[in-house]
Amino acid sequence: MKIDKKIIVNALIALVVYAAVMGLVKGGVLSRQMMSLITPVCVYVMMSVSLSLVVGFLGELSLGHAAFMSIGAYTGCLFLIATKDILPVLVSLLLAVFIGGVAAALLGVIIGIPVLRLKGDYLAIVTLGFGEIIKSVFNSLKITGGAKGLSKIPLVATYKNFTFVFILMLLVILLVSHLVNSRHGRAVCAIRDNYIAAEAVGIPVSRYKILAFVIAAFMAGMAGVIYGANLGILKPANFDYNASIEILVMVVLGGMGSIKGSIIAAVILTLLPELLRGASDYRMLIYAIALIAMMLFNNSSFKRNLTEKRNLQQAEKLSKEV
Amino acid sequence: MGVLLEVKNLGISFGGLRAVDGLNMTINEGALVGLIGPNGAGKTTAFNMLTGVYRPTDGTIMLDGKSLVGKKPAEICQEGVARTFQNIRLFTQMSVLDNVKAALHNSIKYNLATSFLHLPAYFAKEKEMDEEALKILKIFELDSFADTNASNLPYGKQRKLEIARALATNPKLLLLDEPAAGMNPNETKELMDTIELIRKEFKVTILLIEHDMKLVSGICEYLYVLNFGTELAHGTPSEVLNDPRVVKAYLGE
Repeated sequence: MKIDKKIIVNALIALVVYAAVMGLVKGGVLSRQMMSLITPVCVYVMMSVSLSLVVGFLGELSLGHAAFMSIGAYTGCLFLIATKDILPVLVSLLLAVFIGGVAAALLGVIIGIPVLRLKGDYLAIVTLGFGEIIKSVFNSLKITGGAKGLSKIPLVATYKNFTFVFILMLLVILLVSHLVNSRHGRAVCAIRDNYIAAEAVGIPVSRYKILAFVIAAFMAGMAGVIYGANLGILKPANFDYNASIEILVMVVLGGMGSIKGSIIAAVILTLLPELLRGASDYRMLIYAIALIAMMLFNNSSFKRNLTEKRNLQQAEKLSKEV
Repeated sequence: MGVLLEVKNLGISFGGLRAVDGLNMTINEGALVGLIGPNGAGKTTAFNMLTGVYRPTDGTIMLDGKSLVGKKPAEICQEGVARTFQNIRLFTQMSVLDNVKAALHNSIKYNLATSFLHLPAYFAKEKEMDEEALKILKIFELDSFADTNASNLPYGKQRKLEIARALATNPKLLLLDEPAAGMNPNETKELMDTIELIRKEFKVTILLIEHDMKLVSGICEYLYVLNFGTELAHGTPSEVLNDPRVVKAYLGE
């Protein structure tokens, strides 16, 4: 009964958000600039939720998440270009998203097997280096258009296709939150909390590390395809380490191990810099202040009191039931 | 009763340091055996070899006639060896219930698709896990703390939870590394009762490292004494604790 209520509330929230965005788009209330932000917001929600699986739940610092996004973006978008006259839009987009995800996941396996033997700082450095290597490869390949970028990508994931993008985003959120509350997710969290103890209770640590890493890569790859099919052009410079850090900031500010937090942080941090364009010179200053404010809020006694109060209420309710 | 664990000539070197040398142990099914010795004698190292954390340089470890040497910790756990740690290692950010459920990982299974999609099997298996975990927690009187974060438990209860988690893997052999460390006499007394209870409820063989001689002589049926990595003596508690060599190793001349 308790779980059912939660599902209904979450489904209602999703519906309301969907209806609101659709209403705003159809009603013509939004400026062109705002409309162009709809898809990126969804993309970054997918990115931060998938990265939170690695950083928040597995507890490993990955600084190469944008690289997985770029792999998915390039393979998926090349597929989109190749099939734009052959297949119906939706079929082509669906296949492209899948192919992008698989390509990123494959790379996740190749990178993950050697890299996940490393821990903490070392893993961070290697993933950072890996991201730069991928960027250089796309810079020098002919098929990806080099530094000029891959252009003429069919614009099939803009706000006009919001329904598709939104459903994909919901799917990513749903799959990750389901996974986290399962036998496999528990194994991943156990590894984060104490990998020696996790091994001692029979959890194959390497296998679950790679599993989490590959799932995150797959979802980043899918998000990448949407990103490309919204912009119409892909440049290697879009996926440098700054992009990885931006996603990491969303996860960290959202609160490690909180999917809801990752979503909210992704929405705010994607919208904020664009909304502040009017303030031109002060834009980055305000952005930085907002980051600091969010960080302070996360560590404030105000928030701690809120969570403590909630825990207490839950405990009281539980003791009453018993 | 048959032999459960047979350790022969077990040894390990770290570079030039011979941490454990020529350790022999035979543990019968259902026994409660103690491994004692002064600090730095190699007791925990021996545990680490038994559980696959270290790979022994020489010797054999046979559990129920199967060799454990060269297997990974997770595999050895599946063979039926569970352990607790000297410095408590709980899944600190998870609830007490989830700590035990994580240890049920290999006994109650469902596949990845079920995890992703929360298929009907998910609910059935999770319910089974909840029941099993609560059953174990109840034995340790931890069931009322099921939703508490593991790191918020008081020290004595954290020790208990670690034992509960180890038992959830359904072991044949339970290794306890200094279970009474940092406990006051009352808590130690309670722990002794708990260990007796475990033997009755789970029918498990126990090997424990301990410095508290009251606990050791109170519950252990047989003792092995290590000193500087080698076996100094073995026998019943009264034999061993009155052995002049053992007294010398602990207290000096």
